[in-house]
Amino acid sequence: MELTVLFFLTSGLLLGWSLGANDAANVFGTAVGTRMVRFGTAALVCSVFVVLGAVVSGSGATETLGALGSVNALAGAFMAALSAAAAVYLMTSWGLTVSTSQAIVGAIIGWNLFSGSVTDNQTLVKIVATWVACPVLAGLVAVVLLKLVAFLLGAIKLHLLRQDAYTRIALIFAGAFGAYSLGANNIANVMGVFVDVSPFTTVSIAGLFTLSSAQQLFLLGGIAIAVGVFTYSKRVMVTVGAGILPMTPVAAWVVVIAHSIVLFLFASERLEHLLANAGLPTFPLVPVSSSQAVVGAIVGLGLMRGGGDVDWTLVRNIAYGWVATPLISGVVCFVALFFLQNVFGQQVYRPVSYVLSKPVIAHLGEQGVDAAAFKPLAGREFKSARAFMKAVGESGYSGPLTGHALRDAARISRVYIDAEKFELLDREWLSRAQIDAIEALAGNAYAHAWQLDRALAERSPQWAKKDGSAANKRYNRRLERQLGYVLGVFAGESPEL
Amino acid sequence: MYLQKKISHLFSGTRSLEKQIDEFLDKVSEAGMVFGRAMRVYLLQGPGADYESFLDQAATIERRGDELRRTIEAELYARTLIPDLRADVMSLLEGMDHLVNVYEGDLFRISIQTPDIPGEFHPGYLELVETVVSCVDSVVLASRAFFRDIDSVRDHCSKTIFLETEADKIGTKLQRAIFASALPLERKMHLRYFVERIDELANSAEDVADALLIYTIKRRI
Repeated sequence: MELTVLFFLTSGLLLGWSLGANDAANVFGTAVGTRMVRFGTAALVCSVFVVLGAVVSGSGATETLGALGSVNALAGAFMAALSAAAAVYLMTSWGLTVSTSQAIVGAIIGWNLFSGSVTDNQTLVKIVATWVACPVLAGLVAVVLLKLVAFLLGAIKLHLLRQDAYTRIALIFAGAFGAYSLGANNIANVMGVFVDVSPFTTVSIAGLFTLSSAQQLFLLGGIAIAVGVFTYSKRVMVTVGAGILPMTPVAAWVVVIAHSIVLFLFASERLEHLLANAGLPTFPLVPVSSSQAVVGAIVGLGLMRGGGDVDWTLVRNIAYGWVATPLISGVVCFVALFFLQNVFGQQVYRPVSYVLSKPVIAHLGEQGVDAAAFKPLAGREFKSARAFMKAVGESGYSGPLTGHALRDAARISRVYIDAEKFELLDREWLSRAQIDAIEALAGNAYAHAWQLDRALAERSPQWAKKDGSAANKRYNRRLERQLGYVLGVFAGESPEL
Repeated sequence: MYLQKKISHLFSGTRSLEKQIDEFLDKVSEAGMVFGRAMRVYLLQGPGADYESFLDQAATIERRGDELRRTIEAELYARTLIPDLRADVMSLLEGMDHLVNVYEGDLFRISIQTPDIPGEFHPGYLELVETVVSCVDSVVLASRAFFRDIDSVRDHCSKTIFLETEADKIGTKLQRAIFASALPLERKMHLRYFVERIDELANSAEDVADALLIYTIKRRI
């Protein structure tokens, strides 16, 4: 691996470190602050489960960040993560509750603005709505849980000492669950922007399991979080545990569990799949702020007791944080990208072009788009998503596809299926039939990702997406990831051109 | 394996501590029973071997009580158990230990000073002794409830507070009768001293009950 790559990754690792130092305190803060669990135990359990969560379930929330804007150059990703880390640092020094999630979303929007990419409004609305929903949901879960626990404890009449022992164990398990959820949900913040530019290739460990390039990134990010936990979180843990609200250990447990449940709801692909299969509505997979989940849970408990204990200044600061964090990190990112590109001569984004060629218009027509609107634009190439969307807007186009789908269709991503690269393909992740389908396309070149997708689906049903129902989301997402991987391997022009 | 060992260690330690707390509270009840019987023997037979054997019993109970209290407190601190309620539990145990000390102290004072209690005051003393012992017993129940069943703490504490008022009434009535009698002043004052000493048990029990009511609010989740 090149040194520059390592250097660029450091900003993500810095962000991971600050996440470990700050957010891990939410998971074990109450337990350590109330002296129910020793810091050493807390740090060890926290680190192990953060890494596990990141590597095993980390991809769900990453997709959403990817949909918001896909930072496609390493230097750009570096700056996005660094701006987010700067915003986190700045907000912390101002004494405001800080959210790594919000910082990174702000930074991605800053990158989008700089690179001329379009911020997907639908995704942005989904993310912002989740930020508001997260503390509210955490508060509700905490209230219900506390009532349930109070009822159970009243019914089983445990000895105080035994209750203490059970609470200790429960706090450790809750902390482990919390750390896992934190790793799964927030790794997207730390390493998400690097996924598209990951310098790693898939490796197989002793033939037992494989680590995809994203998983290796997440492992690295998880380790950075763990280092943050060990080196800096003790002070924060003690403050969180003793500072926010006087709490009994049982209430502390309820807060941690409520926080973890909410984080898990917004991170687990498996849960989404289960809910969808049962015909239930699913939760959007979005990186949410663990600080806000914890504060939401505590405020929920405070309100249950009449609201007198609630620190409303803190609640107000959180509301400020919602606006200030993404704003600061967005502005910092935009300005810093300018310097990085123009002063240090780094490529902070790879230009992506869009074209409404004949095949694209035909493809759109198949999806119910009235191609007539695009006639004046036919054959024109646009140098940025913004220019493309502007032209589309002026053409009078009114649906039915979203801007996101239109861009997907028109985006140029040249692929040449070079037989020499077949040996690079990950034969453990892709099935035999999928590989066969790719090999059957040897020598073909495509200008758009959807063309390759279609060609592969024609060769093998294992490349065919299922209908867009919620139950198939997970399957389709995996296919998309595999297709993205194939696009990465074969990216390039046909040698004949 | 490590986790399993840690958990089983945590629970075995907890179980033994639970037993010690139960035994400590048993000692407070026992001290009350010994006190009641010793007082009855003293009033009926005056000082003598029977009374002294009860006094020895009370002293043994007091020593064991002290021992248990020290072990429990050391364990609570050494293993950082119930960090949020540890101070409360310690002062609860100390309050209960004080009751055992007062039981033993009263019996010792009677043994040393051998007050001459005229027969007309025996029923009053007996009633006072029974009431304070019941009062202490109900605060023992309240303490047990604090550990296992906080919903009943209030009931037992109310009973303690009620019995303390009763003991005050009985004590006042007894003192009035003593000072209305034809006894010389020094004997009146000697008899009053023991009424006050015995009544002190109910007052101390009430103090523990008051504190317990506050601890219970803190113990609620």
